[in-house]
Order: sequence, then C-alpha cells, then structure tokens
Amino acid sequence: MTALLEMRAITKTFPGVKALDKVTLSVRTGEIHALVGENGAGKSTLMKVLSGVYPAGSYEGEIHYDGQLAEFRDIADSEAKGIIIIHQELALVPLLSIAENVFLGNERASNGVIDWNETNRKTVDLLRKVGLRESPTTLVDKLGVGKQQLVEIAKALSKDVRLLILDEPTAALSESDSQALLDLMLELKAQGVTSIIISHKLNEVRRVADTVTVIRDGTTVSTMDARTQAITEDAIVRDMVGRDMAHRYPDRERRAGETLMEVRDWNVWHPEHADRQVITNANLTVRAGEVVGIAGLMGSGRTELAMSLFGRSYGQNISGQVWIDGTQADVSTVDRAIKAGLAYVTEDRKSLGLILEEPIVRNVTLANLPGVSSGGVLNENEETEVSEKYRRAMNIRTPSVFQKVMNLSGGNQQKVVLSKWLFAGPEVLILDEPTRGIDVGAKFEIYGIINDLSAQGKGVLMISSEMPELLGMCDRIYVMNEGELVGELTAAEASQERIMSLIVTE
Amino acid sequence: MALAENSGETRASIGAYLLANLREYGLLAALVLIMVFFQITTEGVLLRPVNITNLLLQNSYIIIMALGMLIVIVSGNIDLSVGSVMGFIGALAAVMIVNYELNWLLTIFVCLVVGGVIGAAQGYWVAYWKIPSFIVTLAGMLVFRGLSLWLLEGQSVGPFPREFQTIANGFVPDLFPAGIGESLAPIFDARKVNVLALLTGVVAAGLVIWGGLRQRARDAAYGVEGEPKPFFIARITVISVALVFIMFKLSTFRGLPNVLITMGVLTIIYAFLTEKTVIGRRVYALGGNQKAAKLSGIKTERLTFLAFTNMGILAAAAGLVFAARLNTATPKAGFALELDVIAAVFIGGASMSGGVGKIVGAVVGAFLMGVLNNGMSIMGIGIDYQQMIKGLVLLAAVIFDVYNKSKQG
Repeated sequence: MTALLEMRAITKTFPGVKALDKVTLSVRTGEIHALVGENGAGKSTLMKVLSGVYPAGSYEGEIHYDGQLAEFRDIADSEAKGIIIIHQELALVPLLSIAENVFLGNERASNGVIDWNETNRKTVDLLRKVGLRESPTTLVDKLGVGKQQLVEIAKALSKDVRLLILDEPTAALSESDSQALLDLMLELKAQGVTSIIISHKLNEVRRVADTVTVIRDGTTVSTMDARTQAITEDAIVRDMVGRDMAHRYPDRERRAGETLMEVRDWNVWHPEHADRQVITNANLTVRAGEVVGIAGLMGSGRTELAMSLFGRSYGQNISGQVWIDGTQADVSTVDRAIKAGLAYVTEDRKSLGLILEEPIVRNVTLANLPGVSSGGVLNENEETEVSEKYRRAMNIRTPSVFQKVMNLSGGNQQKVVLSKWLFAGPEVLILDEPTRGIDVGAKFEIYGIINDLSAQGKGVLMISSEMPELLGMCDRIYVMNEGELVGELTAAEASQERIMSLIVTE
Repeated sequence: MALAENSGETRASIGAYLLANLREYGLLAALVLIMVFFQITTEGVLLRPVNITNLLLQNSYIIIMALGMLIVIVSGNIDLSVGSVMGFIGALAAVMIVNYELNWLLTIFVCLVVGGVIGAAQGYWVAYWKIPSFIVTLAGMLVFRGLSLWLLEGQSVGPFPREFQTIANGFVPDLFPAGIGESLAPIFDARKVNVLALLTGVVAAGLVIWGGLRQRARDAAYGVEGEPKPFFIARITVISVALVFIMFKLSTFRGLPNVLITMGVLTIIYAFLTEKTVIGRRVYALGGNQKAAKLSGIKTERLTFLAFTNMGILAAAAGLVFAARLNTATPKAGFALELDVIAAVFIGGASMSGGVGKIVGAVVGAFLMGVLNNGMSIMGIGIDYQQMIKGLVLLAAVIFDVYNKSKQG
C-alpha cells in the first residue's frame, strides 16, 4: 500500500518555543491512523501545519500528499485537495438546519440562488451514509453532541473528502454514541476514506487504528503497525508519558465512614418545558471518605441532577431534600449550597468553571473571597499565598500564579478549578467528568487528588462517561437512565457489562 | 560570557513586560504627548493656570460619570441613558430650587436619591429580567430626555443661588495665613501663591511615591514579578512631577476648585472599591464570565442591579455639577454626553465584552478627550474637525487594544 500522506521532518517554532521538532508522520492510503500524545505534545500544531492554518513557509520540512510536494497556503487550499479536519469544538451554526450546515460555504446554487431541492436531497443521501436519521430541515440546535458530530462528518463527505482528520471526536460523546462513531469510521474506511484520529481514549484507538503514531514533546516517539505487531494500551501509554505506568488508577485505602450527604426524593423539571420531568425521585447517599460514581449515557440526567442539587442551577419546580451531616441543608442558591458544604466541579470548565482572561490567583479564590479578606477588603498577599499553596499541592505547571488561565493546558486548568473548590472548604464534592479532555499523565494526578480528598474524609460524587474510570475509582456506583437512578452497585459487583445491562433493561 | 547572557535575558524580560503592559504606559505616554503638542501649538495657553482650572471644571462631570460607567462596562453592560439622566436631574434641581425655592442642601439630597432610583429602575430590568442593557437604557435615554423637557416646559430655568453654584465654580479657601503665600510668591515669580493647593500637590506626589515603593517592597517579599525598575521610576516620576506641576499652576490662580476635590476623592474611593474589595473583584468576575461567576456563588443579578444604581447616583451628581456650573438648567443639557463618557472608558482600556478595565484608565481617558477638546478649541479648529479627530482617536485606541491582544496571543 502506498502512502497518501508523508510529513517529513516538520519543525515549527513559535517565539521562544519549538512546538514541533523534526516530526515524521506517514499515513497509508485507506488506513485509520491514530495520533496520540499528551496535551501539548504537538498533535494539534501538526494538524494545523497539515491543513494550512500555518501556511507553507512558516515551518520547516516537507509535506508530500498523493505523491506530490504540497504547499498549502490556507485551509481552503487543503480542503480543495480533500483534507478535512473536524475539530473538537464543533463548527456548526446552531440556528441553521442540518442541510444548511452541511452545505455552508459550499452551497448548491446557481447564480447565487440556492437550489433547496437539490440541497435537501443530497443531504438526505449524506445523512444515510453517516447513519443519522433526522430530517435535513431539523435545526442543529435540537441535536445532541453525538448527532452534531455526524452532521460534521456528513459535511466533510459532501466535500469529497480523501483524508478525514478527527480531533478527539468522542471526547464529548457517551459510550454508545462513541461506538457508533467508531463503527462509522470503519465503514468509511471500507469505502476508501483515509482518516487520522486524535484521541486520548486508548481502547478506542486500539479498536479502530491500523497504525498508531505517538508524539511526545514535539517529536515522534514511535509508530506501531497493528498488522505486524499487537498494540497494547500499556505500550502506548509508556511511549506517551515516557515511563511505565503499572497502575492507571492510584491505590487508595477504602474506608467509608458515616453518611455525609443524603438526597431524598429529588424531582426536577425542565427549565423551559415545565411539563417535562428531567429527574424523577432520585435518592442517594454519600458517606465520608467514599467515592461514589454516577454512570449513565449522555443525556441521562447526570449533569442535570448535579446542577439542580448545587443551588438549583438547573431546572424548575425542584422538590426533595438534601441532608448534610445529619441536618437538612438549604441548597436553594449557589452560595447557600457552598455554605452547606457542597462544591460542584463542572464538566464544562472553560465556559462554566473558569474566568479564562483572569490569572490563576483570581480564579482560585473566586468561590471563597471572604476567606482572603476582612471587612470586605481583599488581602492580596494572603490571596497570593493561598494560590501558591494550591499550585504546589496540585502541581499546577505554570511559571507563576499570575499567569492567565487561558494559557494553561486542559489538565492544569482542571487543577485550578479543583483548587477553587477545595479552597471553598466543602464536605461533599460533585465532580462532573473531572478528566474530560485531559491527557493521561494529568488524569493520574487528578485521581490522586480525588484519593487525597477521600482520605481527608470528604465525600466525592463522581460523574463520568468513561466506565473504566468509574470502575477504577469508585466504592459504589449508581446507574442513571432517563432521569432515574435505576441501580446501585458496589465496587465488587460492578462491571461494564452489569452497568450497561442496567441501562438497557430499564 | 555569563554576564552577557544575563543582561540579554533582562532585556528580553523588559521587552516582554512592555508588550504585556503596553496599553497602560501607552495611555499615559499619549496623554503627555498630546499635552506637549498642544502646549506648543497653543503657544503656552494650554498650561496657563486659568486654562488648567477650566479644563478641570469642563471635564468634571464626564469624569464623575466615567467612574460609574467603568463599573457598568466591566460588568458586561452599557448605560446609554446617563446624558439624559444628568440633564433630568439638573432640571429637577432647578425646578426645586428656583421655582419652589426649596433648600439647596435638601435639593442635592433628593436629586441623588432620585438618581439612585432611576438607576435602580433600569438595573432591575437588566438584572432580573435579563433585558439587554442597550435596550433598557436606550429607552431610558428617550424617557428622561422627554421628562426634562416636560419638567422645564421647554424653557431654561435659572439662576441658582450662590451656595449651589459653588459646588461647581467654588474654590477651597487657603487655610494657611495669607502671609505665607505672599512671601512665597516672589520665589516662583507669581502674583500670589495658594499654599494649600501647593502643599496638596506635594503631599499627593509624596503619597504616590510612598505607595509605589510600598507596593514594590511587598511584591518583592511575595516573589511577585513587578514592573522593571526603569519603568517604575519613569512612571512614578511622571505622575508625581505632573501632580506637583498642576497643583503649582492652580496655586498661582485661585487655588483648588471644589470640583477637583470631589473628583479626586471619588476617584480614590472607586479605584479602591474596584481593585481592593470583594465586591469589586466580583464585578470583574461577573463581566469576565457570568456563568462561572454565578456557579461560584456570586449573586450576579444583585451585582448588576447595584452597578446601575451606582451609575444613577453618579449621573445625578454629575447633573448637579453641570447645572451649577452653567448656573441654569436647559432642556438640552447632557445631550449626547453619554457618548463622551463611554468613549472615555474605552479609550481608558476597558473591554466591550466586560471583565477588563480600570478606574484610573477611565479617568485618564476622560482627560485625554478633554485635553483634545480644549487644545483644538484654543487653536481655533472647527467643531467639524474636532468631532472627526475625536472619533478617530477612539477608533485608534480600540484598534490598538485588539492588535495588542492578538500579539500577546
């Protein structure tokens, strides 16, 4: 088989930083090629070089595409050659229809007048190809993330894609949506589309990839071929982090104490549609020193449950009781919930968890400003000391605590969010997807922090879409489906199969 | 060899520091440059004591409103109604004092309360009903413009009693014996010297230097990377020399204008409020990311409501100063003034999307516009060119911001 793409000795320098150092990547025609590496390893930069975001001349090295030397000036240039990137943050216009989005910038039109019949007909064909059963006139706004991903792929197919690049396509998807997407990738491969997938989920990489290239610190570390050798997750992880990782989840002494939080008969209705019940009769307990998981599919109501508990940040007509430390807690507003001893670490740290434009210091103290002030006047020295303390304790990698949060990597940003909530001094922390979009090394550190919390006798309620993570970390797991807690499993009895069967039998 | 490397590193870090703080130094440098420029082109008229006094009086109401507007803009909103509210309060004061012959102190109190109520009424819709502030205050702009017309029945109302006029046109009497001033006068080759004004300048400059050094020592103690020494010295020198210079000029004329004291005290209070207090910090968080602020337990609605209430009170204060200065209330008072106030805040480095901006920046921005107005008027440049130039300065300042930000990545 010949190589469709060969990137030879690509070096890209930013002022003061060498982002890529003689990176080599060779993708064969018709294969699925996985590109893995920690955040900040240079994967995205490499893809930007490939797609012409960084035009020819701004980097060193050569790109050979389809047997010819390629010098892309911009994205339009690379797209014309059939190279299409689907980014982690989807680039769809929410208030336009599926069909309008699919042909955006590539409209089926004559003399500037759009031919809607042809647009819709072609969209129907494309949607069938990607296995999305929706009308082409449905607004993208109405679709879940998983389906939006499929619309993006349909859009790529409409442009006669030859090399499809997916940047963390399953990061925001539930288990079943992820499986569907991976199946689609295999199907596209059968139809002759070559793809590159960037992913942190190594089980997925192992499932679909023909070749795996590992990048670390801006250099190519290894390329593994699934046809000639068996690729193990351990081997990938070792190359990614440059060390052996015997345990993916750090050990913890498990000893659950008294009941710390109890939720009784919690009911929540949709904030806009008052007749739609989102959470039905949820009852759960978290004990001191216990890590309790909530498993469930995307849209099963996990985040909605967490946010409604945390100061009614979601939903309306909420009923039910929350007991913390044996007394009924007032959690009717966020600041009362914080006072009652709750903290909620959001799944969407960039838009709900952090003020990106502000420095680490100001983010760390935000939820507990009275803790660094007296009489309403801030003590900035104390604030700096507090932030420094968390920087050391959490191992936040930054030149200084006055660095803007937007300049940090995902893992370090998550540590800032955790610092903010730890400084608020909670008894129970609700962690919503605490390791989403974080590289392997940082994940391990976050797990360590969770274990420390449990050792201090805090209660942790952890929501995750990654079942191995729940199985590896939790003492108990609740299973949620369509707004109800449909099952409860102890660590000993829980397995991926049992969780899935609880979800599907309900 | 090691030494050379070291100095190269220092230079790089100074360059990086300048790039990161270009906006603040640029603003200060622009103000100084513009003043030098007009001082030359007006053949020294700009910095004559009488003109400096005028400059302060003319811009006082803009600066007072800019303090409130900075907070509104940092919180992620805008207030288009301040010019109309200011005019309306001036009209209310005139009707109360001139037509109904009410006590002027009572009138001032009632006017400030009414201003607060107006701000609160607008803030209520913005904060609790989530109606865009642009719409609410656009409506307010029309409503209060109409109310001023109605209240004044289309006429100008005045004049005010002397006591009321002094809030804008009065001067602080020299507390020191006249003899000291007279004996100092020959040294400076001046007709007379107001010792209080001169002393205020020297003390203020001293406080700036002392505060700067204290902050620096504290930064060093906590390992905070402060500004490089040359910048610190240059900045502190410019500010303290300017303070002494201006106060000296004022002291050879009529001394400290009452309005300058009002402005100075308000500026210090609001600078402290925004930079050193919990509530100030929360306003920045609200403007920086409203959802994240709310999920951190901050009562975002109440803060927005308070920002508008505060704006209303300051617009009322500005209305009183304006009416007292003109000694009459006219239906046209404050027309389109909101735009000058908003322009001053943006020139001062605030961001349209909220979360960014400083009180001192807004004050310097207002002065920059004021010096432009004043200088061009003295030069006899027509109002047509003045408008165009002011518009271009605003655009240039914002382009500079955006460019600067993209460069920092």
